[in-house]
Amino acid sequence: MSDATLDIEGLHDAGPDYLRAGHSVLSWLGAIDHKRIAILYAASTTFFFFVGGMAATMIRAELVAPQGHFFTNDTYNKLFTLHGIVMVWFFLVPVIPTTLGNFLLPLMLGARDLAFPRLNLFSWYLNIAGGALTIAAILFGGVATGWTFYEPFTSFYANGYVTLALMGVFVVGFSTIATALNFIVTIHTLRAPGLTWMRLPLFVWSLYATSLIMILATPVLAITLLLVAAERVFDVAVFDPTRGGDPILFQHLFWFYSHPAVYIMILPGMGVVTEIITCFARRRVFGYATMVMALLAIAVIGFFVWGHHMFVSGQSSYSNLIFSFLSFMVAVPSAIKVFNWTATLYRGQITFEASMLYALGFVGLFTMGGLTGLFLASVPIDVHVTDTYFVVAHFHYIMVGGMVSAFFGGLHFWWPKITGRLYSENWARTAAMLMFLGFNLTFFPQYIMGYLGMPRRYHTYPPEFQVYHVMSSLGAVVLAVAYLLPLFYLTASLFRGRIAGANPWDSTGLEWTTTSPPPEHNFHTTPRITRGPYGYHPPGEAARV
Amino acid sequence: MNDFLPTETVGSQAASATDHLFYALLGISVAVVLLVSGLILVFSIRYRRGSKADRSELPPILQREVEIGWTLATLFLFLSIFGWAVSENFSFGTVPTNGLEIHVVAKQWMWKLQHPGGQREINALHVPVNKPVRLIMNSEDVIHSFYVPSFRLKQDVVPGLTTQLVFTPIKVGTFRLLCAEYCGTDHSAMTGKIVVMTPEDYSRWLDTSPASEDLVAQGRDIFTRLGCAGCHDARAAVRAPDLKGVFGQPVPLADGTVVQADETYLRDSILQPRKQIVAGFDPVMPSFAGRLSDAELETVIAYLKSLADTDGDTR
Ligand code: HEC
Ligand SMILES: [Cu+2]
Ligand SMILES: [Cu+2]
Repeated sequence: MSDATLDIEGLHDAGPDYLRAGHSVLSWLGAIDHKRIAILYAASTTFFFFVGGMAATMIRAELVAPQGHFFTNDTYNKLFTLHGIVMVWFFLVPVIPTTLGNFLLPLMLGARDLAFPRLNLFSWYLNIAGGALTIAAILFGGVATGWTFYEPFTSFYANGYVTLALMGVFVVGFSTIATALNFIVTIHTLRAPGLTWMRLPLFVWSLYATSLIMILATPVLAITLLLVAAERVFDVAVFDPTRGGDPILFQHLFWFYSHPAVYIMILPGMGVVTEIITCFARRRVFGYATMVMALLAIAVIGFFVWGHHMFVSGQSSYSNLIFSFLSFMVAVPSAIKVFNWTATLYRGQITFEASMLYALGFVGLFTMGGLTGLFLASVPIDVHVTDTYFVVAHFHYIMVGGMVSAFFGGLHFWWPKITGRLYSENWARTAAMLMFLGFNLTFFPQYIMGYLGMPRRYHTYPPEFQVYHVMSSLGAVVLAVAYLLPLFYLTASLFRGRIAGANPWDSTGLEWTTTSPPPEHNFHTTPRITRGPYGYHPPGEAARV
Repeated sequence: MNDFLPTETVGSQAASATDHLFYALLGISVAVVLLVSGLILVFSIRYRRGSKADRSELPPILQREVEIGWTLATLFLFLSIFGWAVSENFSFGTVPTNGLEIHVVAKQWMWKLQHPGGQREINALHVPVNKPVRLIMNSEDVIHSFYVPSFRLKQDVVPGLTTQLVFTPIKVGTFRLLCAEYCGTDHSAMTGKIVVMTPEDYSRWLDTSPASEDLVAQGRDIFTRLGCAGCHDARAAVRAPDLKGVFGQPVPLADGTVVQADETYLRDSILQPRKQIVAGFDPVMPSFAGRLSDAELETVIAYLKSLADTDGDTR
C-alpha cells in the first residue's frame, strides 16, 4: 500500500471536495485551485480537439476523390493549416501537462497546490486569448500558410489574416512557458517530506523534462514568429532573399523549437503510460533509474537534431551527416523505454482495464512511429520521403497513436480520482480497441503511399493513390466514432456512474491516498514518504494479487 | 521487390540504393515490432492475474545486465544503420563533371527548364538515358521542391540560393515530376514529367525543338547590354576584377576570407555585390537585383562560366 501516513479520520472534516467547493461561474473562472484550473483546461483543449478534428474530417472527406468534390485549392490549404495549428499548439502541446499534469502534480508531490496558483490561472487565460486570436483568424477567412509558416511564403505571398494567427500562436506560447515555470518550481520546492528525487513517480519526471524543454524552446518560437510578423507588417527584411535575408534561417529557428516540441508532445504521454502499466501489471517499473535518465537524455539530445527536417533544404551534406547521427542517437533512449515497459509486464499480475488497453496500444503505435523515425533519420530515405505522406504517417503515429492514446489512457485512469465516479468499463474497452483499429486503418496506408511518392499538402493527386486515400478516409470514420464514444459514456458516468472510492485501481500512487474527488486542499495532513514509488510488491518478492 | 510497390519504378542509380536501404530497415522494423508485440502478447497471457506462472523475483544483478545488454545492442544496431545510410548518401551525392547541365527556374506554379543548347521547356524535361544530369536550380518567388519519386530524389529550390540536383536516369520512360514543398494555392498542380530517352531519340528531340540561341550567347548579350563590360572590361576606366576564369577558383575577399567562386557566389556578386567584396577593389558595383529575371541571370552566369572554360588560368 501507500507510503503516506494517512489520517483517515482527518479526511472527513477536510471540507467539501473541490467540485463542491463553490458553484458560481466565478468560482470556476476565477479559480486558483489547480484541480479546477485543470478542468478549465480540459474544457478548452477538448474544444480545440474537436475544432482540429473537424478540419481533419473535412480533409479526409475531400481526399476520397483525386480531384476533390467540395473545396477549392485555397480552402483545402486553409483546412490543413487550421488542422495543424490548432492540433499542435492548442491540443497536443498543452493537453497532458495542463489537464492531467495540473490536476495530479500537486497530488503526486503531496502538496496543496502548484507553486504559483495565480500564474496557473493566468496561463489558462493566455491560452484562451491565443485561441481566440487564432479562431478569429479562421473566422475572418482563414490562413493558408501551413502550420510551419515557411518563408518567404508567409511574409510576402500569403493572403488573409496571417499576422493574427501568428499572434495567436505567439500568445499561447507564453501560456506554455508560464505552466512550465510553475511546474519546475513546484517540483523543486513543494515535494512532501521524504519525497526525494529518485522517489518521484515517472509521470512527475516526465513533466519535469517536458517543462525544461518548454522553457528553453518556446521563446525561440516566439521571437521567430515575431520576426515574421515584423516582416509582414513593417516590411523589415529578415527572411526576404531579395534584400539579403535568408529563408533557410527561418527553418533553422522554426525547427529549433519544433523538433523539441515533438518531445514536449510525447514525453508526458510516456509518463502517463508508465503509471498505467505498472499499476495494472502490479509490478515495479523495470529499471526506474534508466527510465529517468532516458527522459532527461531525450530532452537534452532532442535539442540538437532539428536539422533532420532540412535534409533537402540546401543544407550542407556535412550538416546532414551530423544531424542524421544525432537523430539516431536520440532514438536510443526511446527504444530503451519501450523495452522497459515490456519488461515491466514480465512476472506481473496483469489485468486489462480500458486504460491498460490504451497504454498497451500506445507502446505498439509508438514503437512503429519510432522505427519509421529511423527511416527518416537516414538521409537517402529522407530525401525520397520527406514532404510526403510517409512523414505524415510517421508523426501521426507518434502524436496521435502515441500522445492521444496516452491522453485517453490517462483520462480513463484518473477519471475516478477527478470525478469520483467509475464509467462503463465495457464501453471504454470498446472505444480503446476501436481507436487502435481506426488509427491503423487511417495512417498505415499513408506510409505506403508516401513511399510511392504521394506528396503531402496536395489537394489533388494522381489517381493511382486513390485506393490508399479511400482506406485512410474509412479509417478516419472509425477513429471519429472512437473519439466521440467517450464523450457519451464519460458524461453518463458523471450522473449514473458507480462511486469510485479513494483508490479503485488499488494503486500505490500518493494521489490515490486522498479521497475522490480530492478535497480542496488535497491532503488534510502533509504526507510523509518513506519509500520509492510503485511498491506493488516488496523488492525480492513476487507480485501479489 | 516491386511486387510490394507496384507503381513505383526504379528510375535512377540513386533509386535502387535507396530502396535497398529502405527494405533492410523495413525488415529490421518488422522484426522489432514482432518482438515487442510478441512479448507483450506472451506476457499478457502468461502473467494475466491469477495465472499459475512462476513469478519469483529476478536477482538485481541480472536486471542490470539485461539493461546494459539491450542498450548496447540498440546502440550498435542504430550505428550500423547510420553507417550504411551515410555511405549511400556520400556515394550518390558526388557531382560528375561530364554531366548534362540543365538550368531550372521554379515559380508559382510552374517549372521552367533550359538546356545547354538553349532549348526551353515548361513542366517537362527531356534527358538521355545513362548520362549524368546536373540541375542548377533557382526560384523566382517562394520555396519549391523538385521531386521525382521514381528517382527517389528531391531537392528544395530556394529563392536567393542556387541548389543542385544530380542524377543518372537508368530507364527509358516518362516519370512524374512533382513540387514537394508547399508553395501556395496551386501547389498540387505544380507537376510535370521527366522524359528519359535513348541518346538517338534525345538528339533527334534536340534538333526538332525550337532551339533558341544558346545560353552563353544570350548571356554575353545581356552582359554587354547591362553595361557590365563597362567596368569589367580590361580597358575600362573603372577598376573592376577581370572575370575571365573566375568561376571555380578561390577568390580572396576584402575581409580576409577566401571563397570558392561557385554559382551561388556569382549570383550573389551580381544581386548583392556588397555582401562579399573582392580584396583590393572598391565596392562600387551596383546591385542588379530586380533588373535581371532569374532566367536572364542564369544566362549571364552561364556566360561567366564559359569564360572559365576557354582560358582557365588567366587569374
Ligand atoms: C560600376 C562598375 C561595375 C559594374 C557596372 C559591374 N561591376 Fe561587377 N564588380 C565591380 C567591382 C569594383 C567589383 C569588385 C568589388 C566587389 O566585389 O564588389 C566587381 C565584382 C564582380 C564580381 C566578383 C568578381 C570576382 O573576381 O570575384 C562579379 C562576378 C561581377 N562583378 C559581375 C558583374 C556583372 C555580371 C555585371 C553586370 C550585370 C557587373 N559586374 C557590373 C564593378 C562593376
Ligand atoms: Cu524533428
Ligand atoms: Cu509547391
